[in-house]
Amino acid sequence: MARLQLNQLSKRYGDFFAARDVTLDVADGEFLVLLGPSGCGKTTTLRMIAGFIEPTSGMVRLGDNDVTRLPAWKRNTGLVFQSYALFPHLTVNQNVAFGLEMRKTPKAEADQRVAEALELVRLGHLGDRLPRQLSGGQQQRVALARALVFRPDVLLLDEPLSNLDAKLRQEVRVEIRRLQQALSLTTVMVTHDQEEALTMADRLVVMSEGRVRQVGTQRDLYERPADRFVAGFVGRSSFLEGTLETPERFRTRGGLAVACRGTTTGPAGMALRPERVMVTPEPVAGADNDFPGEVEFVSYLGGLIDLHIRLSPADVVIAQIPNREEGFMPKAGDKVHVGWTVASASVFPGAGEDPDPTDLPPA
Amino acid sequence: MTGLMGLDRRVIGRWALTAAAALTMLYILLPLVSVIWLSFYRQEIPSFPPEGYSVHWYGVIAGNQRFVDGLLLSVQLGVSATAIGLAVGVPAALCLSRFRFPGREALNNVLLLPLMVPGVVLGTALYVFHVEAEIATGGNLPIIGSTLGLLSGHVLVVIPWIVRLVLASLAGFDRTLEEAAMNLGADRWTTFRRITMPGILPGVVAGAMFGFVASFGNLEMSLFLVGPGRTTLPIAILQYLEWKIDPSIAAVSVVQIVLIGAAMLITDRFVKISRVV
Ligand SMILES: Nc1ncnc2c1ncn2[C@@H]1O[C@H](COP(=O)(O)OP(=O)(O)OP(=O)(O)O)[C@@H](O)[C@H]1O
Ligand SMILES: [Mg+2]
Repeated sequence: MARLQLNQLSKRYGDFFAARDVTLDVADGEFLVLLGPSGCGKTTTLRMIAGFIEPTSGMVRLGDNDVTRLPAWKRNTGLVFQSYALFPHLTVNQNVAFGLEMRKTPKAEADQRVAEALELVRLGHLGDRLPRQLSGGQQQRVALARALVFRPDVLLLDEPLSNLDAKLRQEVRVEIRRLQQALSLTTVMVTHDQEEALTMADRLVVMSEGRVRQVGTQRDLYERPADRFVAGFVGRSSFLEGTLETPERFRTRGGLAVACRGTTTGPAGMALRPERVMVTPEPVAGADNDFPGEVEFVSYLGGLIDLHIRLSPADVVIAQIPNREEGFMPKAGDKVHVGWTVASASVFPGAGEDPDPTDLPPA
Repeated sequence: MTGLMGLDRRVIGRWALTAAAALTMLYILLPLVSVIWLSFYRQEIPSFPPEGYSVHWYGVIAGNQRFVDGLLLSVQLGVSATAIGLAVGVPAALCLSRFRFPGREALNNVLLLPLMVPGVVLGTALYVFHVEAEIATGGNLPIIGSTLGLLSGHVLVVIPWIVRLVLASLAGFDRTLEEAAMNLGADRWTTFRRITMPGILPGVVAGAMFGFVASFGNLEMSLFLVGPGRTTLPIAILQYLEWKIDPSIAAVSVVQIVLIGAAMLITDRFVKISRVV
């Protein structure tokens, strides 16, 4: 295993950038997840690492080597395809042995390593089957064993779980993470499933329109989103639009004066996590922010309840509260008080009805 | 009521399908069966009912040098033309399916052309070309009526079949398999040999077989290209028919049918032809 570095990696098709100035540093043994909406360049980035797409500019380093111009078969990466891509005419054993065979590993050693790799994914007993005689989950694990057996410098996973049903996905997710940690594999996984990303990754990379928006741990992205896009994409946020009159005071379009921690003045937006918004029947003394409002809409989610609360004709926030039998439980039309701390709101400079990622600077 | 009618319709439908299938089978098999039957008649003039049965005519054709030579030449031609056709057709199909280049559509059509041009036209064209080539080289390229000239014509007949069928199986081939192989350390040639080739093998085998059959049975084009004393089996049959009709012709046909049938059965053991065609 090795450290993986991407430096200003770009891929251009005509005048369209599928990936733009992607710079990442993946530590030895780290599990990095690329997260982003469809078409944001995740697969493109992964395939540039594997050597299937030649970058327009930039550099890929694996360990101490610049592999940017190396063909795919000379890089030591293990790629697991979304469709698994098992060789249909070869048995499970032969599939897993393929990478070792290409590396001219002696037969006896290869046999042993194939057996070990299949044992690792708990398929030791199915080595003589053909891929079509396996279930989807089993094929997925063969693909994993095949990518691991020759000890690649980096393991690459492109939406490895998207063809599995929900229950199996849960299991394989744990399985992959367990293997990754046990073997301390440098891993880059692509997904557009947030939950998957949050539960598996050491660090996450949020991408949009070919660019990296933010790199960080789950907590970093959630507590300190770098821009509106990340605030809206990772977890949920409701936005208030307005102006920073001073770095510490945000005036909403509806005229509310909100205490905050900004850095500039001028047009700005404020993102609030619904679960950080407190709802009370009476004003809360000493709160950073407290506004009266009216519950417009109640959305019942089982264990949780979403409240859409109007604070002024132009300002609506969403609050999420636990669904308890006793305690305060507002209904639509109720007058309530809404509050949040300065620390729980993120303020992003720049105007915008809805967050438009194109006019934002790269992270 | 409607349920009953639905049932009726289903039953009628199934009967109609069975009847249509049976008629088609009959239509295909009747000539084959008659030829086989005829080849075992004892008398010389094919008249009905037969006077008796014998394998006498098979002995007659085995002793007929023209038939034996014709069969040998046809097999040699078919095998060589198929081999050359594979060497040209498989790479051509790969290029056509993998690359976008100017003139790709044109090349695609040109490779199909020998299938669509009538054999007589193809034969005439090649003959004229051979004559021109010989004149242009001042007689240094004696190609008219040569085995080489005949073979080149047969290669033309074989290529479209191979290209078509290989293209068809390439269309159904999942290219991520190739990427997977390269990711595991296989270079392009190894990937082709170990992954692509096994994947498109049914198309290659089927193409080779159909190509061989097309070459083996080719009459019209070959008529223009054979030299004196060198005839293919179909031409030998034609020449024999010009002055005589007896069951030996049927016997020769049976030999042809058996040969082609065997080729089909053998290939079908390796690849299911019905999956490709
Ligand atoms: N060969 C190509 N030519 C032109 N545009 C391309 C090509 N390949 C990809 N793109 C474009 O590049 C962008 C990024 O594609 P990519 O496959 O990396 O997206 P992704 O993030 O993996 O999306 P998804 O989650 O849907 O898989 C897309 O807008 C896509 O249309
Ligand atoms: Mg993708």
